[in-house]
Amino acid sequence: VKICVLVKEVPDAAVEKRLDPGTKRLDRSGEKNLNPFDTHAIEAAMQIREGGAIDVDEIVAVTMGPESAFRALHKAVSLGADRSVHLTDEALAGSDVAATGYALAKVLGSESPDLVLLGQQSDDGECYTIGAVVADHLKMPSLTQVIKIEAEGDKLRCERQAEYGYDTVEVELPAVISVGDAINEPRYPSLKAIMGAKKKQLDTKSASDVGIEADRVGEEGSRTAVLAVNDPPQKQAGEIIEDEDTGETVEKIVAWLDERKLLA
Amino acid sequence: MSAILTYALHYEGEFNKNSLGAVSEAAKLAGEIGGEAAAVVVGDGDDLTDDLCKSLGKYGAAKVFRAEAPEGLAQPVVDVMAKVIQDEGFRYALFGGGLLGFEIGAGLTARLNAGVTMEVTEVKAQDGKLVAVRPVLQDSAIVDVEYVSEPGIIIGRLNAFDTPEPGEGDAEVVDVDVQLEEHSTRAKMVQRGEQRGADVNIEDADLLVAGGRGLGSAEGFEQCEQLAEALGGAVAATRAVVDAGWYPYAAQIGQTGKTVAPKLYLAAGISGAIQHKVGMQSSENIVAINKDPNAPIFEFSDLGVVGDLNKILPKLTEAVKARKGAG
Repeated sequence: VKICVLVKEVPDAAVEKRLDPGTKRLDRSGEKNLNPFDTHAIEAAMQIREGGAIDVDEIVAVTMGPESAFRALHKAVSLGADRSVHLTDEALAGSDVAATGYALAKVLGSESPDLVLLGQQSDDGECYTIGAVVADHLKMPSLTQVIKIEAEGDKLRCERQAEYGYDTVEVELPAVISVGDAINEPRYPSLKAIMGAKKKQLDTKSASDVGIEADRVGEEGSRTAVLAVNDPPQKQAGEIIEDEDTGETVEKIVAWLDERKLLA
Repeated sequence: MSAILTYALHYEGEFNKNSLGAVSEAAKLAGEIGGEAAAVVVGDGDDLTDDLCKSLGKYGAAKVFRAEAPEGLAQPVVDVMAKVIQDEGFRYALFGGGLLGFEIGAGLTARLNAGVTMEVTEVKAQDGKLVAVRPVLQDSAIVDVEYVSEPGIIIGRLNAFDTPEPGEGDAEVVDVDVQLEEHSTRAKMVQRGEQRGADVNIEDADLLVAGGRGLGSAEGFEQCEQLAEALGGAVAATRAVVDAGWYPYAAQIGQTGKTVAPKLYLAAGISGAIQHKVGMQSSENIVAINKDPNAPIFEFSDLGVVGDLNKILPKLTEAVKARKGAG
């Protein structure tokens, strides 16, 4: 089978994120990295391949994003993907969730995967939704927030936490599965893998290459528009203690609790 | 006129609290933009009785569309809601803050080429339309989002919509027959609602000591238990450590766990991700201990302590015991 892993370049966790007041989009300047949740998706693909219950022919990393996003693909390949596909086009800039999901489904469709894996959320915004949008376009069964996958023939036995406890769901392939960070501990890439990643096949595709209708993507094709960006209501900043002398720190905590009658 | 459609999740003969919140929010908003609010219920058991469905009228639903299809999975509900929205001309679909709401809303987005907003904390009626208000970038900014076409999909954040006391009135129950898409039949629930670990009660505790990944291991919870015992409270946990098997599911706070508002919430080694925050932000006093000075939890804690848990927790337990003994 062929596994496609959706990955995304996001601002590095250490970079303060802000909205550009002009475009009302995320300011994407500054250091970037592979979305940490996506590393769990790649690791899940590797473990399915290594588990041997399903014969995995190929793991392909797929991203949509500006030119710079090829770095996220290199990282994904260094973590185990065999090759990568980069959907990049000016026309895609400013796409909302509906437009992004449509475009990703189109580029995935051109690869005809048996399984699509992705991280359940990205550090820079939209949570939990992209997998289910993509799945509906591809007409595949889908499950999000999965924390355990067992392959059995042409089925995956998946576990996740839902509203009332842990659910176990059997999903037939082809399918779209988004994973949570509890699913595995991603491996570190070897130096050899990092060096070799740049030499692996990377196909760059435009919107028209994969049959994306121009009026369904970008700002024009988006179904939502940001009206206003506001500051959140300010909660009064809490008191901060840096622990230098633990005896003293603990005294301060106890006094604080005592003042609020929490030790009665 | 049909205005806003919601999904009411049920389990073992009861509706989900967040779903009831969404139903009543929809009813309120429908009144403001003109039109009716209705709910979709989906199930394959015998607990979706006429009486149960009608009871959504007490939360403001004018109609309840009932369909027979597998429950606990999103895609069959997408098929049902897409049909009802198209047949009846609903302008918006609104979801409370559960996992299924995210999945169903996302599926509808694709099916209906509709705009979607998620993690919504407030919905406003403006000029006969709905505007969704949602925090973004770890709650550092709040954006107002409008829909450039209808229908629009609104996915609330957990606890965003209050569940009111039930009022009077019955909803009209309409059975709908929906042919499921082929792909919606290719996922099957094997086991639903499994509880893992001991059954602990955290919802009645006035003081909670909650542990996260920063505790380092399952053994780290012993320190939380000792502190909780000294305080006369209980121990709670984050999703990450519950999924890792360090602590029972029944103690989990947040998006897929419990929502609490104790007098004291002492967070040990918890970074404070949104998914956790939504389950505890109404606590009266929040104390956070974390070694990372940049942890988001310090932005909404009343007292933040930057330091090593292994050093602080044992001493704090001793000091609390000493204080209580003296008092």
